Amino acid sequence: MNVMDTRATSAMLYLDGVHVSFDGFHAINNLSLTLEPGEMRAIIGPNGAGKTTMMDIITGKTKPDEGTVLFDGVTDLTRLDETRIAELGIGRKFQKPTVFESQTVQDNLLLALNVDHSVRGTLFWRGSRAESERIDKVLETIRLTEARNRLAGSLSHGQKQWLEIGMLLAQDPKLLLVDEPVAGMTDVETHLTAELLKEINKTHTVMVVEHDMTFVRELGVKVTCLHEGTVLAEGTIDQVSSNERVIEVYLGR
Amino acid sequence: MTPHMLTRSLDRGATIFLLVVAALGVLIPLSNLLLPAGSFLQVPTYLVALWGKYACYAILALAIDLIWGYCGILSLGHGAFFALGGYAMGMYLMRQIGTRGVYGNPILPDFMVFLNWQKLPWYWYGFDMFWFAALMVLVVPGLLAFCFGWLAFRSRVTGVYLSIITQAMTYALLLAFFRNDFGFGGNNGLTDFKDILGFNVQAEGTRAALFALSCLALIVGFLICRAIVSSKLGKVLIAVRDAESRTRFLGYRVESYKLFVFTVSACMAGVAGALYVPQVGIINPSEFAPGNSIEAVIWVAVGGRGTLVGAALGAVVVNYAKTFFTSGVLAPYWLFMLGALFILVTLLLPKGIVGTFNAWWDQSNEKRTSATMASAAAEDGVTEPKLAE
Repeated sequence: MNVMDTRATSAMLYLDGVHVSFDGFHAINNLSLTLEPGEMRAIIGPNGAGKTTMMDIITGKTKPDEGTVLFDGVTDLTRLDETRIAELGIGRKFQKPTVFESQTVQDNLLLALNVDHSVRGTLFWRGSRAESERIDKVLETIRLTEARNRLAGSLSHGQKQWLEIGMLLAQDPKLLLVDEPVAGMTDVETHLTAELLKEINKTHTVMVVEHDMTFVRELGVKVTCLHEGTVLAEGTIDQVSSNERVIEVYLGR
Repeated sequence: MTPHMLTRSLDRGATIFLLVVAALGVLIPLSNLLLPAGSFLQVPTYLVALWGKYACYAILALAIDLIWGYCGILSLGHGAFFALGGYAMGMYLMRQIGTRGVYGNPILPDFMVFLNWQKLPWYWYGFDMFWFAALMVLVVPGLLAFCFGWLAFRSRVTGVYLSIITQAMTYALLLAFFRNDFGFGGNNGLTDFKDILGFNVQAEGTRAALFALSCLALIVGFLICRAIVSSKLGKVLIAVRDAESRTRFLGYRVESYKLFVFTVSACMAGVAGALYVPQVGIINPSEFAPGNSIEAVIWVAVGGRGTLVGAALGAVVVNYAKTFFTSGVLAPYWLFMLGALFILVTLLLPKGIVGTFNAWWDQSNEKRTSATMASAAAEDGVTEPKLAE
């Protein structure tokens, strides 16, 4: 018998009553959050609100002390490691752009493709037309076709952010966790990134953590505000930004 | 190895390296055996043995470069795998002595008779057969590396902590092999070898053949390393080296990759040790000394890590310098020189000899291409008005 309620089973991501503390500091406090399939959700919150820790829990980097974390309604993520969770179809873009700097843009995407990731498979790997077509397509989407043979380390900050989003696309996960995608970007780049994420959202479930309110407004999706490791407010950007408690937290009491 | 892996793995530098090693492997033995002793071009036998030793060191350096240069695993205990391969070969050579030993015991090596042992310990069984010893040369280091790596990589021991426990591993083996009751000749190790596969180990022909075999092993080892690093697996290794947790979040089982490459590397080090022992005529516990492993890492740093060719070159250059300086009045200062060399390379040539050369070569190539492009553009500029006419 399935004892979970229907909401939980239909959700792409389901967090309930999650607690994490580091040496007595409660980073995540009774956090409950649900993400429906195909949804894009923006997560905002002041520094130390637990946004990155929440992503660490979902991707298996941090184990919660208590609480439920379900993926696709059935898989308990708290018992799996990073590799297994990535294999299941959760991709993550880090806050600081993390690409493989000493390899080319093309190779970065090749590494990210969701093909055979076993030692044997990669040792005897031979490229296929389908793979290179997918890479070409991703390169086009992230506007890096011209730079495909450049070392990733030589890209501009904004381009690295895109390359990392491109790696997520190549990975083709069911759920994308995107941590501060527009940090350090120019206004034009920020706008393009919003367009890119909206495009991605047509086929993927996305969770975006971001500080930039103009960007969040541009996304035009449901917003969750975290504070001290718990959900403070949830709703449209206008509802959340007019919430008194949110204003209090952001502007100081 | 499939053909596409071979063609993919051979770039210009690799081809030149293989040709040089192959040429040396053929010409040095021929010159030693065919030319009259004392003639100008004849390579004396002592030099054949010395260069054979360098070839073995070069294989060890390749093994270290494979894990350090490409996967970021700094092992400071790779001398242990080298020595284990050497002991496996030494045990075969000991069993070949037979009744020609001082005590003339057909089964027991001299040191066991000396210790009043009545029968051969079980772990010496089979070493009278060459195929078994040759297998053990790969299996013993490989198995140790697999077990060690399985525990270390699964617990995510990385960086300096891993380096320290590899040092501890080789030191523990040093202490164990020093003990007489461990059954490997204690302090003196294994020596007084007579023949290998029926050939006298001291004979010129055998030495020349061992040299040629060492060059062959260097070539095969190099091809295996190139095939690994130029496959997609090689890209994953570099990804692990540069951003381990990122690689994990892409869905790669990082510990399996590390374990694979660490085990391959240990087997290569074992082969190097096995070829080394008949050429130097002895294997004793000092081969496990932590200093040896550190020295091998210095060869790789000097030659250029992550280049393979550089690792082999570094092994030869540093050991040639060692032979040169330790045989003269400067002998007491060799360790200071080695230390200074390491510091200088770290400060001035962080990419090593080959890495620096490659960077320079790429840069001058780029300049040349941009120069030709600029001149082509200039020509276009001249021709354009003509087209307009």
